[in-house]
Amino acid sequence: MTCPILELKDLNKAYDALQVTRNLSLKVLPGEIHAVIGPNGAGKTTLIGQISGATPSDSGQVLFGGTNVTGWSVAERAKAGLGRTFQITAILPEFTVLENVALGVQAHEGHSFRFFRNAARDQDLNEKAASILTEVGLADRASLRAGNLSHGEKRMLELALALAGEPKLLVLDEPMAGTGPEETARLIEILLAVKQRCPMLLVEHDMDAVFKLADRISVLVYGEIIASGAPDEIRADPKVREAYLGEEELA
Amino acid sequence: MTGSLLKNTILPLALFAALALVPAYADVFDDRFVLLFFTRILVFAIVAISLDFILGLGAMVSFGHAAYIGFGAYAVAILSEHDIWEAWISFPLAVAAGGLFALITGAISLKTRGVYFIMITLAFGQMAYFTATSLSAYGGDDGLTMWGRSELFGTGLFTGDASFYYLVFGVLAAAYLLLRTFAASRFGRVLKGAKQSEPRLEAMGIDPYRYRLAAYVIAGMIASVAGALMANQSEFVSPAYMSWHRSGELIVMVILGGLGSLHGAILGTIAYMVLEEVLSGYSEHWRLVFGPLLILVVLYGRGGLMGLIPGQIGRQSRGEADQ
Repeated sequence: MTCPILELKDLNKAYDALQVTRNLSLKVLPGEIHAVIGPNGAGKTTLIGQISGATPSDSGQVLFGGTNVTGWSVAERAKAGLGRTFQITAILPEFTVLENVALGVQAHEGHSFRFFRNAARDQDLNEKAASILTEVGLADRASLRAGNLSHGEKRMLELALALAGEPKLLVLDEPMAGTGPEETARLIEILLAVKQRCPMLLVEHDMDAVFKLADRISVLVYGEIIASGAPDEIRADPKVREAYLGEEELA
Repeated sequence: MTGSLLKNTILPLALFAALALVPAYADVFDDRFVLLFFTRILVFAIVAISLDFILGLGAMVSFGHAAYIGFGAYAVAILSEHDIWEAWISFPLAVAAGGLFALITGAISLKTRGVYFIMITLAFGQMAYFTATSLSAYGGDDGLTMWGRSELFGTGLFTGDASFYYLVFGVLAAAYLLLRTFAASRFGRVLKGAKQSEPRLEAMGIDPYRYRLAAYVIAGMIASVAGALMANQSEFVSPAYMSWHRSGELIVMVILGGLGSLHGAILGTIAYMVLEEVLSGYSEHWRLVFGPLLILVVLYGRGGLMGLIPGQIGRQSRGEADQ
Protein backbone atom coordinates (compact mmCIF):
# COMPACT_ATOMS: atom_id res chain seq x y z
CA MET A 1 0.00 0.00 0.00
CA THR A 2 1.31 3.45 -0.93
CA CYS A 3 1.94 5.91 1.81
CA PRO A 4 -0.30 8.99 1.38
CA ILE A 5 1.57 12.22 0.76
CA LEU A 6 -0.92 14.07 2.94
CA GLU A 7 -3.08 12.55 5.62
CA LEU A 8 -5.44 14.47 7.86
CA LYS A 9 -6.63 12.64 10.96
CA ASP A 10 -9.69 13.80 12.89
CA LEU A 11 -9.02 17.50 12.47
CA ASN A 12 -11.17 19.85 14.51
CA LYS A 13 -11.38 23.60 14.57
CA ALA A 14 -13.94 25.83 16.22
CA TYR A 15 -14.29 29.59 16.37
CA ASP A 16 -16.12 29.99 19.66
CA ALA A 17 -19.40 28.09 19.25
CA LEU A 18 -18.97 27.68 15.51
CA GLN A 19 -17.46 24.31 14.63
CA VAL A 20 -15.74 24.93 11.28
CA THR A 21 -13.92 21.63 10.92
CA ARG A 22 -15.46 18.50 12.38
CA ASN A 23 -13.52 15.23 12.80
CA LEU A 24 -12.16 15.68 9.35
CA SER A 25 -10.00 12.92 7.88
CA LEU A 26 -8.69 12.91 4.35
CA LYS A 27 -5.83 11.46 2.30
CA VAL A 28 -4.01 12.59 -0.80
CA LEU A 29 -2.17 9.74 -2.51
CA PRO A 30 0.91 10.14 -4.71
CA GLY A 31 0.04 10.89 -8.31
CA GLU A 32 -3.53 11.98 -7.71
CA ILE A 33 -5.53 15.14 -7.67
CA HIS A 34 -7.89 15.13 -4.74
CA ALA A 35 -10.54 17.81 -5.00
CA VAL A 36 -12.44 19.22 -2.06
CA ILE A 37 -15.72 20.84 -2.97
CA GLY A 38 -18.46 22.28 -0.86
CA PRO A 39 -20.87 25.18 -0.65
CA ASN A 40 -19.78 28.59 0.64
CA GLY A 41 -19.13 28.50 4.34
CA ALA A 42 -18.37 24.79 4.31
CA GLY A 43 -14.98 25.42 5.92
CA LYS A 44 -12.72 25.05 2.88
CA THR A 45 -10.58 28.08 3.64
CA THR A 46 -10.15 27.03 7.26
CA LEU A 47 -9.18 23.55 6.10
CA ILE A 48 -6.49 24.98 3.81
CA GLY A 49 -5.24 27.07 6.71
CA GLN A 50 -4.99 23.96 8.86
CA ILE A 51 -3.09 22.10 6.14
CA SER A 52 -0.70 24.97 5.38
CA GLY A 53 -0.14 25.78 9.04
CA ALA A 54 -1.64 29.27 9.10
CA THR A 55 -4.60 28.12 11.21
CA PRO A 56 -3.81 25.97 14.26
CA SER A 57 -6.09 22.97 14.73
CA ASP A 58 -7.89 22.36 18.03
CA SER A 59 -7.24 18.63 17.76
CA GLY A 60 -6.21 16.03 15.23
CA GLN A 61 -3.10 15.50 13.16
CA VAL A 62 -1.65 16.60 9.87
CA LEU A 63 0.78 14.06 8.42
CA PHE A 64 2.85 15.19 5.47
CA GLY A 65 4.84 12.48 3.70
CA GLY A 66 4.37 10.34 6.80
CA THR A 67 5.78 13.00 9.15
CA ASN A 68 3.59 14.60 11.78
CA VAL A 69 3.73 18.31 10.96
CA THR A 70 0.80 19.39 13.14
CA GLY A 71 2.95 21.73 15.23
CA TRP A 72 4.99 23.12 12.35
CA SER A 73 4.85 26.71 11.13
CA VAL A 74 3.80 27.71 7.62
CA ALA A 75 7.41 28.28 6.57
CA GLU A 76 8.58 24.94 7.98
CA ARG A 77 5.85 23.05 6.14
CA ALA A 78 6.60 24.94 2.94
CA LYS A 79 10.28 24.11 3.27
CA ALA A 80 9.37 20.45 3.65
CA GLY A 81 7.67 20.60 0.25
CA LEU A 82 4.13 21.79 0.85
CA GLY A 83 3.41 24.33 -1.87
CA ARG A 84 0.27 26.40 -2.06
CA THR A 85 -1.58 29.01 -4.01
CA PHE A 86 -3.83 31.62 -2.49
CA GLN A 87 -7.45 32.28 -3.29
CA ILE A 88 -6.72 35.99 -3.13
CA THR A 89 -3.63 36.49 -5.25
CA ALA A 90 -0.50 36.89 -3.14
CA ILE A 91 2.27 37.90 -5.47
CA LEU A 92 5.02 40.46 -4.95
CA PRO A 93 3.66 43.40 -6.96
CA GLU A 94 6.80 45.58 -6.96
CA PHE A 95 9.05 42.83 -8.29
CA THR A 96 9.19 41.83 -11.92
CA VAL A 97 7.52 38.56 -12.84
CA LEU A 98 10.94 36.93 -13.14
CA GLU A 99 12.07 38.27 -9.75
CA ASN A 100 8.93 36.85 -8.16
CA VAL A 101 9.67 33.34 -9.33
CA ALA A 102 13.42 33.70 -8.77
CA LEU A 103 12.71 34.43 -5.10
CA GLY A 104 10.70 31.22 -4.96
CA VAL A 105 13.60 29.29 -6.49
CA GLN A 106 16.00 30.99 -4.09
CA ALA A 107 13.84 30.03 -1.09
CA HIS A 108 13.90 26.43 -2.23
CA GLU A 109 17.70 26.42 -2.50
CA GLY A 110 18.19 26.99 1.21
CA HIS A 111 18.69 29.96 3.48
CA SER A 112 19.05 33.43 2.05
CA PHE A 113 21.75 34.76 4.36
CA ARG A 114 23.80 35.53 1.28
CA PHE A 115 24.78 39.13 1.29
CA PHE A 116 27.29 39.77 -1.45
CA ARG A 117 26.36 38.19 -4.77
CA ASN A 118 23.91 40.12 -6.89
CA ALA A 119 20.69 38.11 -7.00
CA ALA A 120 19.41 39.71 -10.21
CA ARG A 121 22.52 38.55 -12.07
CA ASP A 122 22.39 35.03 -10.68
CA GLN A 123 22.08 32.99 -13.90
CA ASP A 124 21.14 29.83 -12.06
CA LEU A 125 18.18 31.47 -10.33
CA ASN A 126 17.06 33.28 -13.46
CA GLU A 127 17.23 30.22 -15.71
CA LYS A 128 15.21 28.07 -13.33
CA ALA A 129 12.68 30.87 -12.90
CA ALA A 130 12.47 31.38 -16.67
CA SER A 131 11.76 27.70 -17.29
CA ILE A 132 8.88 27.75 -14.79
CA LEU A 133 7.49 30.86 -16.47
CA THR A 134 7.62 29.04 -19.80
CA GLU A 135 5.68 26.18 -18.27
CA VAL A 136 2.83 28.45 -17.16
CA GLY A 137 2.97 30.55 -20.32
CA LEU A 138 4.29 33.77 -18.81
CA ALA A 139 7.71 33.76 -20.47
CA ASP A 140 6.96 36.90 -22.49
CA ARG A 141 5.91 38.73 -19.33
CA ALA A 142 9.15 38.02 -17.43
CA SER A 143 10.43 41.59 -17.24
CA LEU A 144 7.06 43.16 -16.48
CA ARG A 145 6.22 44.47 -13.01
CA ALA A 146 4.07 41.76 -11.45
CA GLY A 147 1.55 44.30 -10.18
CA ASN A 148 0.83 45.29 -13.79
CA LEU A 149 -0.23 41.81 -14.92
CA SER A 150 -3.84 41.08 -15.81
CA HIS A 151 -5.87 39.12 -13.27
CA GLY A 152 -5.58 35.90 -15.24
CA GLU A 153 -1.83 36.34 -15.56
CA LYS A 154 -1.55 36.95 -11.84
CA ARG A 155 -3.32 33.63 -11.25
CA MET A 156 -0.72 31.94 -13.47
CA LEU A 157 2.09 33.66 -11.59
CA GLU A 158 0.53 32.47 -8.36
CA LEU A 159 0.86 28.92 -9.65
CA ALA A 160 4.41 29.56 -10.89
CA LEU A 161 5.40 30.77 -7.42
CA ALA A 162 4.14 27.54 -5.90
CA LEU A 163 5.94 25.46 -8.53
CA ALA A 164 9.22 27.30 -7.90
CA GLY A 165 9.54 25.45 -4.62
CA GLU A 166 9.47 22.07 -6.42
CA PRO A 167 6.66 21.01 -4.07
CA LYS A 168 5.89 17.42 -3.09
CA LEU A 169 2.25 18.44 -2.74
CA LEU A 170 0.38 21.40 -4.16
CA VAL A 171 -2.54 22.84 -2.25
CA LEU A 172 -4.57 24.94 -4.66
CA ASP A 173 -7.09 27.36 -3.19
CA GLU A 174 -9.56 28.12 -5.97
CA PRO A 175 -7.00 28.55 -8.73
CA MET A 176 -9.74 29.30 -11.29
CA ALA A 177 -11.30 32.11 -9.24
CA GLY A 178 -12.03 35.03 -11.54
CA THR A 179 -10.35 33.61 -14.65
CA GLY A 180 -12.00 33.61 -18.06
CA PRO A 181 -12.94 30.42 -19.95
CA GLU A 182 -9.79 30.41 -22.08
CA GLU A 183 -7.53 30.90 -19.08
CA THR A 184 -9.40 28.20 -17.19
CA ALA A 185 -8.85 25.78 -20.06
CA ARG A 186 -5.15 26.63 -20.12
CA LEU A 187 -4.87 26.28 -16.37
CA ILE A 188 -6.49 22.83 -16.53
CA GLU A 189 -3.98 21.81 -19.19
CA ILE A 190 -1.07 23.06 -17.09
CA LEU A 191 -2.34 21.36 -13.94
CA LEU A 192 -2.70 18.05 -15.77
CA ALA A 193 0.94 18.38 -16.87
CA VAL A 194 2.09 19.27 -13.35
CA LYS A 195 0.15 16.29 -11.99
CA GLN A 196 2.72 14.01 -13.59
CA ARG A 197 5.24 15.08 -10.97
CA CYS A 198 3.22 16.47 -8.09
CA PRO A 199 -0.01 15.38 -6.37
CA MET A 200 -2.53 18.08 -5.53
CA LEU A 201 -5.26 18.98 -3.15
CA LEU A 202 -7.63 21.15 -5.13
CA VAL A 203 -10.28 23.36 -3.61
CA GLU A 204 -12.39 24.74 -6.43
CA HIS A 205 -15.84 26.07 -7.24
CA ASP A 206 -15.68 25.49 -10.98
CA MET A 207 -17.35 22.07 -11.27
CA ASP A 208 -16.30 21.52 -14.88
CA ALA A 209 -12.69 21.99 -13.88
CA VAL A 210 -13.06 19.74 -10.84
CA PHE A 211 -14.57 16.89 -12.83
CA LYS A 212 -11.90 17.24 -15.52
CA LEU A 213 -9.02 17.24 -13.07
CA ALA A 214 -9.90 15.24 -9.99
CA ASP A 215 -9.18 11.57 -9.41
CA ARG A 216 -11.07 11.73 -6.17
CA ILE A 217 -13.51 14.22 -4.76
CA SER A 218 -14.46 14.88 -1.17
CA VAL A 219 -17.53 16.91 -0.40
CA LEU A 220 -17.31 19.22 2.58
CA VAL A 221 -20.48 20.52 4.22
CA TYR A 222 -20.47 22.35 7.54
CA GLY A 223 -16.95 21.24 8.27
CA GLU A 224 -17.68 17.60 7.69
CA ILE A 225 -16.85 15.37 4.77
CA ILE A 226 -20.19 13.89 3.76
CA ALA A 227 -18.92 11.91 0.80
CA SER A 228 -15.61 10.94 -0.72
CA GLY A 229 -14.93 8.94 -3.86
CA ALA A 230 -14.33 8.89 -7.60
CA PRO A 231 -15.99 11.69 -9.60
CA ASP A 232 -18.69 9.37 -10.96
CA GLU A 233 -19.63 8.16 -7.50
CA ILE A 234 -19.84 11.73 -6.25
CA ARG A 235 -21.99 12.73 -9.20
CA ALA A 236 -24.40 9.90 -8.38
CA ASP A 237 -24.46 10.34 -4.61
CA PRO A 238 -27.93 11.53 -3.56
CA LYS A 239 -26.58 13.15 -0.38
CA VAL A 240 -24.24 15.28 -2.45
CA ARG A 241 -26.95 16.25 -4.90
CA GLU A 242 -29.08 17.40 -2.04
CA ALA A 243 -26.38 19.26 -0.19
CA TYR A 244 -24.48 20.89 -2.92
CA LEU A 245 -24.68 20.11 -6.58
CA GLY A 246 -27.46 21.79 -8.49
CA GLU A 247 -29.44 19.39 -10.66
CA GLU A 248 -28.73 21.48 -13.75
CA GLU A 249 -25.00 21.21 -13.24
CA LEU A 250 -25.22 17.45 -13.45
CA ALA A 251 -27.34 17.38 -16.56
CA MET B 1 16.15 51.66 -18.44
CA THR B 2 17.71 55.09 -19.03
CA GLY B 3 15.72 56.44 -16.11
CA SER B 4 17.05 53.83 -13.74
CA LEU B 5 20.61 54.37 -15.02
CA LEU B 6 20.28 58.07 -14.23
CA LYS B 7 18.74 57.37 -10.85
CA ASN B 8 20.77 54.46 -9.62
CA THR B 9 24.20 55.04 -11.14
CA ILE B 10 24.78 58.56 -12.44
CA LEU B 11 23.04 60.34 -9.57
CA PRO B 12 24.92 58.61 -6.73
CA LEU B 13 28.23 58.99 -8.61
CA ALA B 14 27.62 62.71 -9.10
CA LEU B 15 26.54 63.04 -5.49
CA PHE B 16 29.68 61.40 -4.12
CA ALA B 17 31.88 63.30 -6.57
CA ALA B 18 30.40 66.58 -5.38
CA LEU B 19 30.84 65.61 -1.74
CA ALA B 20 34.45 64.65 -2.40
CA LEU B 21 35.12 68.19 -3.60
CA VAL B 22 33.83 69.92 -0.47
CA PRO B 23 37.29 70.19 1.21
CA ALA B 24 38.74 71.62 -2.02
CA TYR B 25 35.95 74.18 -2.14
CA ALA B 26 36.47 75.06 1.51
CA ASP B 27 40.19 75.45 0.85
CA VAL B 28 39.82 77.68 -2.20
CA PHE B 29 37.18 79.93 -0.65
CA ASP B 30 38.71 79.70 2.80
CA ASP B 31 35.36 78.58 4.15
CA ARG B 32 35.97 76.41 7.21
CA PHE B 33 32.32 76.56 8.20
CA VAL B 34 31.19 74.70 5.06
CA LEU B 35 33.71 71.94 5.72
CA LEU B 36 32.62 71.46 9.34
CA PHE B 37 28.97 71.72 8.41
CA PHE B 38 29.28 69.07 5.72
CA THR B 39 31.23 66.79 8.04
CA ARG B 40 28.22 66.90 10.31
CA ILE B 41 25.83 66.32 7.42
CA LEU B 42 27.75 63.27 6.25
CA VAL B 43 27.75 61.77 9.74
CA PHE B 44 23.96 62.09 9.77
CA ALA B 45 23.82 60.70 6.23
CA ILE B 46 25.45 57.50 7.49
CA VAL B 47 22.69 57.14 10.08
CA ALA B 48 20.06 57.99 7.47
CA ILE B 49 21.16 55.31 4.98
CA SER B 50 21.22 52.73 7.76
CA LEU B 51 17.66 53.72 8.63
CA ASP B 52 16.65 53.61 4.96
CA PHE B 53 17.99 50.06 4.81
CA ILE B 54 15.38 48.88 7.32
CA LEU B 55 12.67 51.49 6.68
CA GLY B 56 12.85 51.80 2.91
CA LEU B 57 13.68 48.22 2.01
CA GLY B 58 12.08 46.36 4.88
CA ALA B 59 9.24 48.70 5.93
CA MET B 60 10.45 48.66 9.53
CA VAL B 61 9.56 52.12 10.84
CA SER B 62 12.02 52.38 13.71
CA PHE B 63 11.30 55.38 15.90
CA GLY B 64 14.32 54.73 18.08
CA HIS B 65 17.15 54.80 15.60
CA ALA B 66 18.89 57.74 17.30
CA ALA B 67 19.68 55.41 20.22
CA TYR B 68 22.43 53.86 18.12
CA ILE B 69 24.06 57.24 17.61
CA GLY B 70 24.16 57.39 21.39
CA PHE B 71 25.69 53.96 21.76
CA GLY B 72 28.48 54.82 19.36
CA ALA B 73 29.06 58.28 20.78
CA TYR B 74 29.06 57.20 24.42
CA ALA B 75 31.41 54.29 23.71
CA VAL B 76 34.00 56.70 22.37
CA ALA B 77 33.43 59.37 25.02
CA ILE B 78 33.40 57.02 27.99
CA LEU B 79 36.61 55.36 26.85
CA SER B 80 38.17 58.79 26.43
CA GLU B 81 37.23 59.52 30.06
CA HIS B 82 39.41 56.54 30.92
CA ASP B 83 42.13 57.88 28.69
CA ILE B 84 41.63 55.33 25.94
CA TRP B 85 41.84 57.19 22.65
CA GLU B 86 42.63 54.44 20.18
CA ALA B 87 39.94 54.17 17.51
CA TRP B 88 40.74 50.50 16.94
CA ILE B 89 39.46 49.88 20.46
CA SER B 90 36.61 52.36 20.69
CA PHE B 91 35.05 51.88 17.24
CA PRO B 92 34.70 48.07 17.41
CA LEU B 93 33.34 48.47 20.92
CA ALA B 94 30.84 51.06 19.68
CA VAL B 95 29.70 48.70 16.93
CA ALA B 96 29.46 45.76 19.33
CA ALA B 97 27.42 47.75 21.85
CA GLY B 98 25.04 49.07 19.21
CA GLY B 99 24.77 45.63 17.60
CA LEU B 100 23.96 43.95 20.88
CA PHE B 101 21.31 46.52 21.74
CA ALA B 102 19.81 46.07 18.25
CA LEU B 103 19.83 42.30 18.62
CA ILE B 104 18.02 42.32 21.95
CA THR B 105 15.52 45.09 21.23
CA GLY B 106 15.03 43.97 17.64
CA ALA B 107 14.29 40.38 18.69
CA ILE B 108 11.43 41.72 20.81
CA SER B 109 10.25 44.61 18.61
CA LEU B 110 10.08 42.55 15.42
CA LYS B 111 7.45 40.32 16.98
CA THR B 112 5.12 43.28 16.50
CA ARG B 113 3.85 45.07 13.41
CA GLY B 114 2.83 48.50 12.25
CA VAL B 115 2.04 51.08 14.89
CA TYR B 116 3.11 48.69 17.65
CA PHE B 117 6.55 48.37 16.12
CA ILE B 118 6.86 52.17 15.97
CA MET B 119 5.82 52.45 19.61
CA ILE B 120 8.04 49.70 20.93
CA THR B 121 11.14 51.00 19.11
CA LEU B 122 10.30 54.44 20.50
CA ALA B 123 10.09 52.93 23.98
CA PHE B 124 13.47 51.21 23.66
CA GLY B 125 14.95 54.43 22.29
CA GLN B 126 13.65 56.34 25.29
CA MET B 127 15.00 53.64 27.56
CA ALA B 128 18.47 54.22 26.13
CA TYR B 129 17.96 57.98 26.45
CA PHE B 130 17.01 57.86 30.12
CA THR B 131 19.80 55.42 30.86
CA ALA B 132 22.23 57.99 29.45
CA THR B 133 20.72 60.80 31.56
CA SER B 134 21.25 58.71 34.66
CA LEU B 135 24.94 58.04 33.92
CA SER B 136 26.04 60.56 36.53
CA ALA B 137 29.65 59.40 36.39
CA TYR B 138 29.65 60.41 32.72
CA GLY B 139 27.89 63.74 32.89
CA GLY B 140 24.30 62.56 33.20
CA ASP B 141 21.91 65.13 31.77
CA ASP B 142 24.70 67.60 31.03
CA GLY B 143 26.63 65.31 28.76
CA LEU B 144 30.29 64.60 28.61
CA THR B 145 33.02 66.68 27.05
CA MET B 146 35.91 64.90 25.33
CA TRP B 147 39.28 66.55 25.73
CA GLY B 148 40.43 65.56 22.28
CA ARG B 149 39.65 63.18 19.48
CA SER B 150 40.24 59.51 18.76
CA GLU B 151 43.65 58.43 17.47
CA LEU B 152 44.46 55.83 14.91
CA PHE B 153 48.04 54.56 15.27
CA GLY B 154 49.23 58.16 15.67
CA THR B 155 48.03 59.22 12.22
CA GLY B 156 46.04 62.25 13.38
CA LEU B 157 43.29 61.17 11.01
CA PHE B 158 40.63 62.46 13.39
CA THR B 159 42.18 65.81 14.18
CA GLY B 160 42.65 67.66 10.88
CA ASP B 161 39.47 69.26 9.49
CA ALA B 162 39.99 67.93 6.00
CA SER B 163 41.34 64.53 7.02
CA PHE B 164 38.40 64.00 9.36
CA TYR B 165 36.03 65.02 6.57
CA TYR B 166 37.60 62.46 4.28
CA LEU B 167 37.39 59.84 6.99
CA VAL B 168 33.65 60.45 7.41
CA PHE B 169 33.25 60.57 3.64
CA GLY B 170 35.05 57.23 3.35
CA VAL B 171 32.88 55.62 6.01
CA LEU B 172 29.75 56.93 4.28
CA ALA B 173 30.91 55.62 0.90
CA ALA B 174 31.81 52.23 2.37
CA ALA B 175 28.52 51.94 4.26
CA TYR B 176 26.62 52.97 1.13
CA LEU B 177 28.36 50.39 -1.05
CA LEU B 178 27.96 47.68 1.56
CA LEU B 179 24.23 48.32 2.07
CA ARG B 180 23.68 48.64 -1.66
CA THR B 181 25.35 45.28 -2.18
CA PHE B 182 23.23 43.74 0.57
CA ALA B 183 20.10 45.26 -0.96
CA ALA B 184 20.83 43.61 -4.32
CA SER B 185 21.72 40.25 -2.80
CA ARG B 186 19.50 37.27 -2.02
CA PHE B 187 19.21 38.67 1.49
CA GLY B 188 17.99 42.02 0.18
CA ARG B 189 15.49 40.31 -2.04
CA VAL B 190 13.96 38.53 0.93
CA LEU B 191 13.79 41.83 2.82
CA LYS B 192 12.04 43.58 -0.06
CA GLY B 193 9.76 40.60 -0.66
CA ALA B 194 8.67 40.42 2.98
CA LYS B 195 7.54 44.03 2.74
CA GLN B 196 5.23 43.19 -0.17
CA SER B 197 3.59 39.97 0.99
CA GLU B 198 4.51 38.16 4.16
CA PRO B 199 2.08 35.24 3.60
CA ARG B 200 3.65 34.63 0.21
CA LEU B 201 7.15 34.46 1.66
CA GLU B 202 6.04 32.07 4.36
CA ALA B 203 4.37 29.92 1.71
CA MET B 204 7.73 29.87 -0.07
CA GLY B 205 9.31 28.53 3.10
CA ILE B 206 10.92 31.78 4.25
CA ASP B 207 10.39 33.02 7.79
CA PRO B 208 10.95 36.78 7.37
CA TYR B 209 11.62 37.36 11.07
CA ARG B 210 15.26 36.23 11.05
CA TYR B 211 16.04 38.30 7.98
CA ARG B 212 14.41 41.39 9.40
CA LEU B 213 16.31 40.94 12.63
CA ALA B 214 19.62 40.60 10.76
CA ALA B 215 18.86 43.79 8.81
CA TYR B 216 17.90 45.57 12.03
CA VAL B 217 21.21 44.61 13.64
CA ILE B 218 23.22 45.65 10.57
CA ALA B 219 21.47 49.03 10.57
CA GLY B 220 22.10 49.47 14.28
CA MET B 221 25.80 48.71 13.90
CA ILE B 222 26.26 51.17 11.06
CA ALA B 223 24.41 53.90 12.97
CA SER B 224 26.74 53.21 15.91
CA VAL B 225 29.78 53.88 13.73
CA ALA B 226 28.19 57.20 12.82
CA GLY B 227 27.67 57.87 16.53
CA ALA B 228 31.34 57.22 17.23
CA LEU B 229 32.22 59.70 14.47
CA MET B 230 29.76 62.22 15.86
CA ALA B 231 31.40 62.17 19.28
CA ASN B 232 34.68 63.03 17.56
CA GLN B 233 33.08 65.68 15.42
CA SER B 234 31.63 67.65 18.32
CA GLU B 235 34.06 66.43 21.01
CA PHE B 236 31.04 66.21 23.24
CA VAL B 237 28.27 63.73 23.84
CA SER B 238 24.94 64.11 25.61
CA PRO B 239 21.67 62.20 25.99
CA ALA B 240 20.13 64.60 23.47
CA TYR B 241 21.89 62.53 20.78
CA MET B 242 19.35 59.81 21.34
CA SER B 243 16.20 61.80 21.94
CA TRP B 244 13.06 60.82 20.10
CA HIS B 245 13.14 64.17 18.27
CA ARG B 246 16.35 63.01 16.69
CA SER B 247 14.80 59.69 15.70
CA GLY B 248 11.89 61.57 14.18
CA GLU B 249 14.22 63.89 12.25
CA LEU B 250 15.99 60.85 10.84
CA ILE B 251 12.71 59.41 9.58
CA VAL B 252 11.89 62.76 7.96
CA MET B 253 15.31 62.90 6.28
CA VAL B 254 14.83 59.42 4.82
CA ILE B 255 11.28 60.08 3.63
CA LEU B 256 12.25 63.49 2.29
CA GLY B 257 14.93 61.90 0.14
CA GLY B 258 12.75 59.05 -1.05
CA LEU B 259 12.55 55.58 0.43
CA GLY B 260 14.57 52.57 -0.53
CA SER B 261 17.35 53.86 -2.79
CA LEU B 262 19.91 54.63 -0.01
CA HIS B 263 21.40 57.61 -1.92
CA GLY B 264 17.95 59.19 -1.62
CA ALA B 265 18.54 59.19 2.13
CA ILE B 266 21.84 61.04 1.62
CA LEU B 267 20.07 63.64 -0.53
CA GLY B 268 17.33 63.92 2.08
CA THR B 269 19.85 64.49 4.86
CA ILE B 270 21.65 67.21 2.90
CA ALA B 271 18.37 68.91 1.95
CA TYR B 272 17.02 68.75 5.50
CA MET B 273 20.14 70.08 7.21
CA VAL B 274 20.95 72.76 4.64
CA LEU B 275 17.36 73.99 4.65
CA GLU B 276 17.35 74.04 8.44
CA GLU B 277 20.59 76.01 8.44
CA VAL B 278 19.51 78.52 5.80
CA LEU B 279 16.02 79.11 7.20
CA SER B 280 17.20 79.48 10.78
CA GLY B 281 19.54 82.17 9.51
CA TYR B 282 16.58 84.27 8.36
CA SER B 283 14.31 84.04 11.32
CA GLU B 284 14.00 82.32 14.64
CA HIS B 285 10.52 81.26 13.52
CA TRP B 286 12.06 79.24 10.70
CA ARG B 287 10.06 76.17 11.63
CA LEU B 288 6.92 77.96 10.42
CA VAL B 289 8.33 77.69 6.92
CA PHE B 290 10.21 74.43 7.34
CA GLY B 291 7.20 72.40 8.51
CA PRO B 292 4.88 73.27 5.63
CA LEU B 293 7.75 72.75 3.17
CA LEU B 294 8.24 69.20 4.41
CA ILE B 295 4.53 68.54 4.21
CA LEU B 296 4.47 69.81 0.62
CA VAL B 297 7.32 67.52 -0.41
CA VAL B 298 5.70 64.51 1.21
CA LEU B 299 2.25 65.30 -0.24
CA TYR B 300 3.19 66.29 -3.77
CA GLY B 301 6.50 64.59 -4.29
CA ARG B 302 5.50 61.02 -3.54
CA GLY B 303 8.80 59.22 -3.51
CA GLY B 304 10.49 62.27 -1.96
CA LEU B 305 13.29 64.12 -3.74
CA MET B 306 14.13 60.95 -5.66
CA GLY B 307 10.57 60.98 -6.97
CA LEU B 308 11.16 64.38 -8.58
CA ILE B 309 13.86 62.92 -10.80
CA PRO B 310 12.47 61.30 -13.94
CA GLY B 311 12.90 57.56 -14.05
CA GLN B 312 11.31 54.42 -12.80
CA ILE B 313 10.77 55.32 -9.19
CA GLY B 314 7.07 54.97 -9.97
CA ARG B 315 7.74 51.29 -9.61
CA GLN B 316 7.27 51.71 -5.92
CA SER B 317 4.67 54.40 -5.52
CA ARG B 318 2.39 53.10 -8.25
CA GLY B 319 2.83 49.61 -6.89
CA GLU B 320 1.17 50.62 -3.68
CA ALA B 321 -1.55 52.57 -5.43
CA ASP B 322 -2.90 49.67 -7.47
CA GLN B 323 -3.01 47.16 -4.67
